[in-house]
Amino acid sequence: MESTSLLEMRSITKDFFGNKVLTDVSFSLEKGQILGLVGENGAGKTTLMKILFGMGVIHETGGYGGSVLLEGKEVSFQSPFDALEAGIGMVHQEFSLIPGFSAIENILLNRESTRYNPLVEVFDDRMRTLDREKMKDRASQAIELLGVNLDADMLVSEMPVGHKQFTEIARELERKNIRLLVLDEPTAVLTESEAEILIEAVGNLAKRGIAVIFISHRLHEIISLCDKVVVLRDGQIVEEKKTTDTSVEEIAEAMVGRSLEGYEPIVRSEQLADEAVLKVEHLWVDMPGETVRDVSFEVKPGEIFGIGGLAGQGKLGIPNGIMGLYKAGGRVQFEGRNIPLNDPSGVLMSGMSFVSEDRRGVGLLLEEPLDWNIAFTTMQTQNRFIKPLLGGLIKWRDDKAIAELAREYIDSLQIRCTGTQQNAVELSGGNQQKVCLAKAFAVKPKLLFVSEPTRGIDVGAKKLVLDTLRRYNRENGITIIMVSSELEELRSLCDRIAIIDEGRISGIKPGSEKSTEFGLLMLGYGHNTSSEG
Amino acid sequence: MKSVEKKKKEQQSLPERFILLITEYPVPALFIVISILAIPASGFSVGYLTQELITRLVRNSFLVLSLIIPIMAGMGLNFGMTLGAMAGQIALIFITDWGIIGLPGLFLAMILSMPMSVLFGYATGKILNKAKGREMVTSFILAFFANGIYQLIVLYGMGSVINIGSDALVLSRGYGIRNAVNLINVRQVMDNLVPIKLFGINIPLATFLFITLLCVMILWFKKTKLGQDMRAIGQDMAVADAAGIAVEKTRIIAIVISTVLAGIGQIIYLQNIGTMNTYNSHEQIGMFSIAAILIGGATVSKAKIGNVFLGVMLFHLMFVVSPMAGKNLIGSAMLGEYFRVFVSYGVISIALVLHAWKRLKEQERSRAGLQGIATEEARGSEA
Amino acid sequence: MDMEVVKTYIQRVGWPRIIIGIFLFSLFIAAPFVQVRVSTSISDTLIRFGMNGVMVLAMVPMVQSGCGLNFGLPLGIISGLLGAVLTIELGVTGFPAFLTAMAITTPFALLFGFGYGKLLNRVKGNEMVIATYVGFSSVAFMCMMWLLMPLKSPTMVWGYGGEGLRTTISTEGFYLHVLNDFLAVRIGEKFFVPTGMIIFLALMCLMVWAFYHTKTGTAMTAVGSNPDYARAAGINVNRMRVISVMMSTWLGGIGILVYQQSFGFIQLYMGPFFMAFPAVAAILIGGASVHKASIYNVLIGTFLFQGILTMTPSVMNSIINTDMSEVIRIIVSNGMILYALTRVTHSGSRG
Repeated sequence: MESTSLLEMRSITKDFFGNKVLTDVSFSLEKGQILGLVGENGAGKTTLMKILFGMGVIHETGGYGGSVLLEGKEVSFQSPFDALEAGIGMVHQEFSLIPGFSAIENILLNRESTRYNPLVEVFDDRMRTLDREKMKDRASQAIELLGVNLDADMLVSEMPVGHKQFTEIARELERKNIRLLVLDEPTAVLTESEAEILIEAVGNLAKRGIAVIFISHRLHEIISLCDKVVVLRDGQIVEEKKTTDTSVEEIAEAMVGRSLEGYEPIVRSEQLADEAVLKVEHLWVDMPGETVRDVSFEVKPGEIFGIGGLAGQGKLGIPNGIMGLYKAGGRVQFEGRNIPLNDPSGVLMSGMSFVSEDRRGVGLLLEEPLDWNIAFTTMQTQNRFIKPLLGGLIKWRDDKAIAELAREYIDSLQIRCTGTQQNAVELSGGNQQKVCLAKAFAVKPKLLFVSEPTRGIDVGAKKLVLDTLRRYNRENGITIIMVSSELEELRSLCDRIAIIDEGRISGIKPGSEKSTEFGLLMLGYGHNTSSEG
Repeated sequence: MKSVEKKKKEQQSLPERFILLITEYPVPALFIVISILAIPASGFSVGYLTQELITRLVRNSFLVLSLIIPIMAGMGLNFGMTLGAMAGQIALIFITDWGIIGLPGLFLAMILSMPMSVLFGYATGKILNKAKGREMVTSFILAFFANGIYQLIVLYGMGSVINIGSDALVLSRGYGIRNAVNLINVRQVMDNLVPIKLFGINIPLATFLFITLLCVMILWFKKTKLGQDMRAIGQDMAVADAAGIAVEKTRIIAIVISTVLAGIGQIIYLQNIGTMNTYNSHEQIGMFSIAAILIGGATVSKAKIGNVFLGVMLFHLMFVVSPMAGKNLIGSAMLGEYFRVFVSYGVISIALVLHAWKRLKEQERSRAGLQGIATEEARGSEA
Repeated sequence: MDMEVVKTYIQRVGWPRIIIGIFLFSLFIAAPFVQVRVSTSISDTLIRFGMNGVMVLAMVPMVQSGCGLNFGLPLGIISGLLGAVLTIELGVTGFPAFLTAMAITTPFALLFGFGYGKLLNRVKGNEMVIATYVGFSSVAFMCMMWLLMPLKSPTMVWGYGGEGLRTTISTEGFYLHVLNDFLAVRIGEKFFVPTGMIIFLALMCLMVWAFYHTKTGTAMTAVGSNPDYARAAGINVNRMRVISVMMSTWLGGIGILVYQQSFGFIQLYMGPFFMAFPAVAAILIGGASVHKASIYNVLIGTFLFQGILTMTPSVMNSIINTDMSEVIRIIVSNGMILYALTRVTHSGSRG
């Protein structure tokens, strides 16, 4: 079928080493049309854009299936520069700006206007002098195209965040041949007024014939700005409709709706006590990328409490803040006692433990043997695995006891390794995760935070990890707070689930609630700050 | 200057601006204080000091100017400039051997040093690219390493493997260049080209003009695309790379330029002195030049031409004045000498610490900036 | 099959180490052929091995805690010099003199190390270059101090009303060779094993080894291996780093005392200026990296490095009739450090 659309992605398929990430994704985009792309993390949005933009990682992992057509002609970008040449621009979430340069210099970075001089003959093309007049003209034109009030001479380091965003967009627009602009969560760091200006500006661009792919989870923006909405779930398109033809509920349902097949129902032999064991009040956490602004909730003893939400909304900030890894404030009470924040050893000693989402960065000593990894926290905070010498003056490390502890966990968690002395870096992802779990369990905590417990591990290991958590909870009464991007995982295990949106609790519902409800909470509908259920 | 800062400055009173200046440039400020105390203590006359200053400006400015471009490109203090100095010295050995005198000799030496400097600079650049984030220690050690190679060439190679005709240059054992090489052939040829005497002080105008020429070239270089690319890399390598700038190649070019300039600078330095300490002249030159530019107010990431001249003047002023000041104040000239050594190293230490400190603080602040108004809001509601 | 094993071995050990090892080995082989006595060579190497060992050991704590190579070793050496100089002023002699020097060195070393460690905590990521210049500055500062110190002992002060301390002070009559001669083994005229000094080195190594088996030592290793992990486990990272710097500085102080008792002279003023570099080169030659160092590295590295320094002058001079030892020393030690600095490491850090 002949296509006259500006962009058409036809039957795009992509897998990473056997792991299917995109399956038969097809959609089209006309000139001047704004398409809203919605999906949970892991739904495939980022991969889809990487394919469109010709990122190296796609080719390095076996390429993709299907075809990308620009104005009816098939294209195959080998690098982002090819995509740029073809008129596709992308503005990422992290700013790519030179702080000491002005807006003009950033907008024209590596594309500056230059004047000839004889030294070019002797040396290199790069000896040409910058033509600042022309540069100012070009930059001003781009800014005008965007329709915002941006001081072209201002240094990026002095700009408010919103203006930095505009500078980024202006840089893409300055390319004369720009036809399609991809914006990835452009309003995430903006104030409300800045966001409004941006939305209007994007609307202007569309009117001038530039197509826009607008990736966002702020549904009200999508509905007000976009012409059509595409929802991705588990690598497939589950909905492609004109925004006027759909509703918020429909989009939420499309985004998260799945059946609860294959998961055991949550059964408890006894009722949970009423008095909360953990009380969190007005917690804020300064964790770059996962800022928590104002979160309050209570957890019952022996409960499995889930925290979910889209990426970057703050769910990961909560355990990291409480465990003292990032600057935090507010009030946390455990078993009736106030827990001081910003003090990792204090929290550990009060009986709480943490399995970090950053396995390799925070969770493990990669260059050390796995028995060290498992025993370390316990040894340091509880003085176990130590032989006191000279009347307690010297605390000698008991290597035998440490190896024994490791063997215990190797058995109970089925950690595949060559022995207790194997370095952590040599284990597979799943087994590394088991080591992290073992480390957290070894402390014999009363409350366990687990962040993204099954990220990056294979199906078999996944099941074992979740079963282990359930077992420890049912058998030992350990309260578990689980943070995860996989809603289904949370629903299979948790008594209640809180959804975090923009650093605040959007709502707390029982785990058995319909997934659509959670979807709505993730998309910002239903801002309740009090716990329910 | 930042546009916002400009507006702020107009609204400040004189004492306020003075204090701001001191906090922004603590090192030169400290130095000016030391100088004000030491100069009268030394007992030197104004005339004497002025002549010394002029001479040292002429001698050292070119060398110190060579440090600007690597700083601009984010590669920090180029301790590897010593390699350029070595190239210059090898060139001088050759033209002395071939007996080429006067200005032609000098220019021939400069031209001869260039291919060597380019080679050394290229090697330095390649090595520094492999040690990203550790450029300063690496170039520091590289200078020592290169000294070993230099000795291999000059102390063993020359006269044996490399043919040296003139016997006066070679050690009595038959190979290896002597410890001191008399540069009578080219002594002060550039300095004396346009001799001007003002109030009894000799001013080597030609050399000054040559130095000015370099300053103009540096200023012009900043306006070229290459200069702009270097400035971008100097602030954020990742962003520059994402924009398509050839980061690795550009960094190497920065070091090559610096090394070539250092080679020419060393030749100017030596023609002013008139004698070359074959095995020592280049050793301290890196440290002295770096101390000078830092004393002039430059930092590891920012350097201007003004820093060079101010720094050379202050540094060498202290150098000249310290021994006598020490003797007159405390009765020990040695103390004065050690004092100036201490100050040279101390100033580099302070500059490095301040730079590292500031950088960490910047990183913290930029992280907060990415979140926008996030935590400010929350903290406001908590209070 | 065999080639693979060889290849991985070479990759792990690194070409420079292999080249140096082969070079040293060939020097030993060549020795008898050029009339250089192997027995004297081995004795000399052992003596230099013992002399320098403790200073190389001083590198280990800071590398293990993530502070990088201790280019600021001169600070520790200065505390040792203060110990030596004050001991002579007190007039103590013999083995007790050595112990007194150690006792006086300790508080200075701990004090200097504390300040130095606090400074390094503020400049994380830039430790090495700042350590170098702190080392240099302190040596230069002490140059002024040696001139001004109000000490009176005639062996130390310049004669005829001169000012300040001499540049080199002999340890003869004080603690010259007190370790070397202790339990020394002498075979014939040319073969000498400085047993006492070797035992002392072994004792120091044992202390460090034991430390790393304690709770604090384990914590310190974790800090160097992954500071985020350590912090999450409740460890005060900054405190651990300061402790490691204090240890390094103290070992540096003790190290110079061992060196002096063998060498015979206390070198003041600019003496300690470049002393960090041979120690850094030695531990790198022994297989350490900027992030990890073991006692094994210390022993192997010191032996190889000092072996080359001992053998090159005697053997090479006899072969080519030239003394290239200085040049070889410069190239080998700095080349080794250069190699270590250009190796790709995990997290990026500014040196």
